[in-house]
This record gives sequence, C-alpha cells and structure tokens, in this order.
Amino acid sequence: MAIDPLVLVFLSSGLFLGWALGANDAANVFGTAVGTKMVSWRTAAIICSICVLLGAVFSGAGTTETLGKLGAISALPGAFMTALSAGFSVFIMTKGGLPVSTSQAIVGAIIGWNFFSQKPTDTTILLKILSTWILCPLLAGIIAVLIVQLIKFISRRMAIHMITLDAIKRIALIVAGGLGAYALGANNIANVVGVFIPVQPFPTLELGNFNISSAQQLLLLGGLSIGLGVFTYSRKVMDTVGSQLGSLSATTALIAVISHSIVLFMFASRGLETFLLNLGLPTIPLVPVSSSQAVVGAIIGISILRGVASINWAVLGKILIGWVLAPAVAFIICFIGLFFLQNVFALRVV
Amino acid sequence: MALNLRLFQKTSDLENKVDSFFIKLAEASVIYRLAIRNYLKEGLSEEYTTHFEKVCDIETNADTLRSEIKLAIYSEMLIPDSRGDVLGLIETADEVFSLMKKSLWAFSIEAPVIDEELVPGYRKLTNMVVKAVDELATGAQVFFQSPHLVSSYVAKINLYEKEADKLSTNLKKQIFSSKMELALKLHLREFVDQIDSIADHAEDVADRLTIYAIKRQS
Repeated sequence: MAIDPLVLVFLSSGLFLGWALGANDAANVFGTAVGTKMVSWRTAAIICSICVLLGAVFSGAGTTETLGKLGAISALPGAFMTALSAGFSVFIMTKGGLPVSTSQAIVGAIIGWNFFSQKPTDTTILLKILSTWILCPLLAGIIAVLIVQLIKFISRRMAIHMITLDAIKRIALIVAGGLGAYALGANNIANVVGVFIPVQPFPTLELGNFNISSAQQLLLLGGLSIGLGVFTYSRKVMDTVGSQLGSLSATTALIAVISHSIVLFMFASRGLETFLLNLGLPTIPLVPVSSSQAVVGAIIGISILRGVASINWAVLGKILIGWVLAPAVAFIICFIGLFFLQNVFALRVV
Repeated sequence: MALNLRLFQKTSDLENKVDSFFIKLAEASVIYRLAIRNYLKEGLSEEYTTHFEKVCDIETNADTLRSEIKLAIYSEMLIPDSRGDVLGLIETADEVFSLMKKSLWAFSIEAPVIDEELVPGYRKLTNMVVKAVDELATGAQVFFQSPHLVSSYVAKINLYEKEADKLSTNLKKQIFSSKMELALKLHLREFVDQIDSIADHAEDVADRLTIYAIKRQS
C-alpha cells in the first residue's frame, strides 16, 4: 500500500498550482477585510484555509469531472506536464502584467495534451468552458447590481444607524470571505488536481467502514496545498489587494466578494445543477472559473450602475488578451514539454 | 460569538455617544435662547448666569464626547468609509457650541445696554438662530440613520439662516438709525453679529452634511 515517491514528484506541479492559488486568490475573498484591518490576517488565514479545504473535498467533484471530460489524461507524467505548463504560463503572463487565470491556462494545457496524444477534444465541453469565461464576469456584474439594489431597498426601509451598519459589514465580510473561500475551493480545486484524477495515482484507503478513493485523496491533498499557500504567502498579496481596493468603499468591496462567492459556487454546485434540471431549466456548467475576473466583473457592474464613467478599459482589454494568450501559451508549453518528457526522458505521457 | 457581541457592544456605546453629542447641541440651543431672553428682560441676573453656566457645562461635556468618539473611531478602526466625514461633522458642529458660549460670555462680560425698542429684534434673531441649530441637531442625527432624508433638514437650516440674515440686517439698520452714540451702536452691532454667526456656522455644517449624505447614498 506504500505510495511510490515518484507519484509525489509528479503531483508536485499540481500542488504548486494549489499553493499559488492559495497565495493569490485568498486575497480576492479576504483582501478587503484584512487590508482595512477589519479582520486580522491570522483569523482570515485560518477561516480561509478551513473553508477552502471543505469546499474542495465536499463540492469540488463537479468541476474536476468537467475538466476530466475535456481531456482524460491517462499517465501521471502527462498530468504532471499539463499542470506544470498551466502554472508556468500563468507565471509568465503574470510577470508580463496580464491578469490571467489558472482556470484558463489549464484548458489550453489539456488541449495541448489532447493534441500531443492525438485524442479528439470534446468541442461541446470546450464551448461550454469558453462560454463560462464570458459568463463568469457577466454574471458577477449582474449579481453585484442586484445586491446593490437590494441593499438600497433594505437600508431605505430599515434606517440602520451608520455605526451598527459598520459592525454588520464587518461580520458580513468575514462570513462572505468564508463562503467565498468555500466556493473557491469547490470551484478551483479542479485546476489543482483535476488532471490527476483520471490517472488515479493513489490506492483506495480503507479506514474502518470508510473508503477514501484516489479522487478524494487528491481533493484533500489539493485543498491542503491551497491552505498552505494561504498560510505561507497570502499575507503580502492580501495587503496589496487591500490597499488597491482601498479606493472602494467597504460596501462595494463586500458586494464584490459576495457576488464572486455566489458566481464561483454557481459554477461548482451539483445541487444547483440538479435543482435547475428538475425545473427543466438550462443548467450552469460546472467549470473552474477565474476568481479574480469574477471580482473585476462585480466591480464593473457596480460602476456601471452608479454611472461611473471611469471603467478601466485597459484592464478589460488585458482580461480579453489573457483569455486568448493564457491557454495559447499553456498549449504550446504543454505540447513541447510532453515531447521532451516522452522523447528525452523516455516517460510515458499518454 | 464573543467577538461579535463585543463588537456590537462597542458600536452601541459609540452610537449612544454620537447621538448624545447632537442631543446636547439641541439642549444647548434651547438654554441659549432662554439665556438671551432672560438678558433682554432682566439684564445680568442670577438666572442668566445659571443658564450661561449650563451652556458652558454642556459645551464641556460635548468636548469630552467629541474626544471619546474620535478615540473610539480610531482605536477600534470603526467606520473606515465615513470616519473622516463623521469626525468632520462633529468637529464643525462643536464650533456651534463654542459660538453660543462665546456669545453668552460676551453678554456677561460686556453687558450691552439694549434699548427697549431693539429687544424684539434681538429676540426674533435669537429665535431664528436657535431654530437653525435645532434643525442641524436633528438633521445630523437623521444623517446617521436615513441619509436620504437629510436634504429636507438642510433646506430648513438654509431658510432659517437667510431669515436670520434678514433679521440681523434690519436690526443693524434700526441700531444705526437711532440716536445712540456711535460707540454704543458699534457695541450693539457686535452682539448682532455674534448671534447671527451661529446660524451662519450652522449653515456651513449643513453644507457638509449635504455632501456627506450624498456620499453615503452613492
């Protein structure tokens, strides 16, 4: 039952992606609360790590399944290179100042593996995933607008004292952060371990009456790597995001976090999918989406509602470029990397 | 849970302090009117001194509240969005207390001799000024709960201030058309200006209130 150490080496690229996700995206859910000193970083990191792990383990299966359908990677070295190329392309793009997402890079990398292994890419799944890139910020914007109107409606009728309202906002920021972290874990865990799931690198663990499958072990490991990222590196990013969002009011930031959490959860919830199916309505695809772009979408929605003319078209342009460049770069790196692994290191990648 | 309860306890304390500050403003304005009325009726009397001392006490208490509010907002990192606005509002409203105290102080030190025919003018002016301060105190309290309702209070403050200006102009004309000595005329004008400046300042605070309310609603 011993695990081959080589398995852990090959998993390292996915776990690195998890670490990077924890380090960067935790700021989207807790950056404002920490940046405005409404909650200490330590408290935020503990809540965030626990919620991310819970989200990954209990609600992360749906999005990982979708990625598995896009490309069922059958060998561990192949999965390693796919995750590595996604991570590397995000690293290059981020260095170049483009706000790209792991969710988009991993798609390019998987298609790169499909091309290399000469396996067909399911265009229906691909189109479903591509549609979410537009749907995610759009939905976040619409939800943010609805929340703004709801808050206006409530505050006009309830006449809550400004100072009490401040206390409510603080608690709401913590609760929204926790929910956001859960949604982040549920939605983005697929980016971390999704490509490894079809490979099934671990034997099933038997704990008395409980069996923990390879997929469940991967989700747990991925969740832990995200948690590690939160604890080791998110402080700096949270401070930066907090100060960048400083120009936003606490209410706007809170609405952005809530909208982000709702959207990420919508794209990860099997329960919602079943509910919509039962009503005969079109379902929302279970696909990993970009946490940062959801936040940006929400902020743009609020800006449009308030008639703010200063929508940053440069940021929007960069997001659009990222949609094309991140998967393209990941595709190329993955294709070349797989070639090297197969022909130079003589590893089975398909 | 303990954290939440502690947070709500702190905010409740702060809320009470902010409300008390503006209630004291309304209280001070009522006593200010009583003091001026009393002076116009009896000159420097024991009753006037009592009223004057009461206004001084209220001003001191309001100062303490102002410091405590400031300390609480900064040390507890409360209302980060509106911290500057709230402190700005309290600081400028605090000046209204000072102006009322300064005016009563001048009456008690300089004891101006006010001719019987000028008394109604002073009384009307004082009433109008106190109305403006009263509306300011209520408007400021409303700002914290229903900022969309502030505009009607501000409109009233502006109206009272304009009326106070008209009354002070008429009173000055009346003073300078009388046969009093110029020194006495200048002395009486100084008191008109002091009373009127309270309404002017209330209007300045109201202008701030308008901006803060718009910011809160956006």
